[in-house]
Amino acid sequence: MTGDARASLIRKGTLASVLLLIVFLAGWQWGPGLLGVPSFIVPPLSMVAREFVHAWRFDNLFYHTGVTVAEVLAGFVLGSLLGAFVGYLLGMSRVAEFALSPYILALQIAPKVAFAPLFILWMGFTVYPKILVAILIVFFPVLVNVLTAIRGVDPDLINLARAFKATRGQIFWKIEFPTSMPSLFAGLRIGSTLAVVGVVVGELVGGNEGLGYLLTLGEGQGDTPMVFVSIVMLTLVGAIAYLGVILAERRVLHYLPARSVGTDL
Amino acid sequence: MRRMAPREFAAALPALSAIPVLPLYLSYLGGDMRAIGPKKPASAVELLMSVVRLEYRNVTMRFAQKGDRGALTALRGVSFAVGDGEVVALIGPSGCGKSTLLNIGSGLSAPSEGTALVDGERVAGANAQVAFMLQKDLLLPWRTVAENVMLGVEIQSLPAPERRQRAQKLLANFSLGEFAGHYPHQLSGGMRQRVALARTLAVDPHVLLLDEPFSAVDAQTRMVLQRDLAQTLSKARKTALLITHDLLEAVTMSDRVLVMSGRPGTIIDEIAIELPARDDPIARRRDPKVNDYVARLMDRLDIGRVALDIQAASA
Repeated sequence: MTGDARASLIRKGTLASVLLLIVFLAGWQWGPGLLGVPSFIVPPLSMVAREFVHAWRFDNLFYHTGVTVAEVLAGFVLGSLLGAFVGYLLGMSRVAEFALSPYILALQIAPKVAFAPLFILWMGFTVYPKILVAILIVFFPVLVNVLTAIRGVDPDLINLARAFKATRGQIFWKIEFPTSMPSLFAGLRIGSTLAVVGVVVGELVGGNEGLGYLLTLGEGQGDTPMVFVSIVMLTLVGAIAYLGVILAERRVLHYLPARSVGTDL
Repeated sequence: MRRMAPREFAAALPALSAIPVLPLYLSYLGGDMRAIGPKKPASAVELLMSVVRLEYRNVTMRFAQKGDRGALTALRGVSFAVGDGEVVALIGPSGCGKSTLLNIGSGLSAPSEGTALVDGERVAGANAQVAFMLQKDLLLPWRTVAENVMLGVEIQSLPAPERRQRAQKLLANFSLGEFAGHYPHQLSGGMRQRVALARTLAVDPHVLLLDEPFSAVDAQTRMVLQRDLAQTLSKARKTALLITHDLLEAVTMSDRVLVMSGRPGTIIDEIAIELPARDDPIARRRDPKVNDYVARLMDRLDIGRVALDIQAASA
């Protein structure tokens, strides 16, 4: 694609995107009234905006958001580190992979969010069960992506390094680890959105902090606008986490042709 | 011809007793006698060239097959030697074990029987005297051109200033100096292959094992790359084993062509290429005698008949 064609695509695409947003917001504001949907089912945009200000002033909205962000961050970082570590370990050892793969598969199939009540039983109404659910849910996509990448390293590349008398450590750090980077980041992208899911489920199940708690609070009080506010904030948290991964990916994978990185944002 | 008969060698011995590489030659005498060419008086320099850099002695390679089908013999009793500064081309049908020979020579796999020797020493594992280059450029996409060239010397822990210097010099030789900071995806196929060649040469190996190095580039680029390689090999006096499917490449780039049979692979013929200008394959291409060599190689490989056999088998 030439520079001009690309610039034109970006211009047209942005315009269409902004138009779509305006149509969506207008539909949200006036659609329910026109269709006769009561405001306790779908509150119009202005009502949600008012609720946002109210929640900010009287319901500690930003405090709860901060708690959720901290949990997401902790769960995502720890889960990715753990997943990557185990992925590289299994990638280095065929025996370990063979021995552990049935259990990993079983754990991967088990719905991770179902562990939330168990963790709350273990650790009480603290932030830890939420972080643990996030760790568990982030762990697998990162592990699987890393493992697949290590398995997929071109054996000729390994042979090239071996012919230069590379040690096992050199082969890992100079060939295998950098080769796995694009896959690792694909795993991190998935993980960043899943971390939010894990944390929210944990907060829904028990506790009195975080956006998940505000969700149950709103539900209990029949306060639909509060539920909407919480959903919007959660989406924002997820989007920022995802964007963070994309930005890091662009920095790390700068050597790849521009088109293959981050354009599917 | 770089070879001489033992009697003449003995006559030349007093003059050469001071040369430290002599034991290598003596060990060669115990090796494959068939590789010794026609009689011709040799100067001291020529005798030096007959120092064997790479040798295969009775190499047999068997691979285990799936199930109970027993072992597959890929190579059987392969023996040949490549002298210092000599370029030997190896041709043969697909699956005759050419690449296996390369893996054995570079120490990546051990033969089932027999030995491979580099500089007279048995190859047991990778060694710094041998470097290989494949059809795939195997450039690392996250490294710049210069960093890719430095891969081998970096693994071998050469000091950083020295390896940068080597990379710069090699890249300049291959007219890639201005691309040192580029990434592989920004280069054309031919340029990438030249970077791969520079990386191979950066470790300053005695022996280069080349497995169809140019078969993935277009015909015109290939001719230029062949000339670059031939000039480099001749200028730096490198020893090379060139595995190729391209008969013309084998004839224009080498001193000798070895012909292998189908599986189990074994050497069935050896043809000395008595043409001038081994450092200029493009000039050799113009030489009408090249066609005779190519025709001979086609006969030895039964190229016409094999094709008919395949048709008959599939009918």
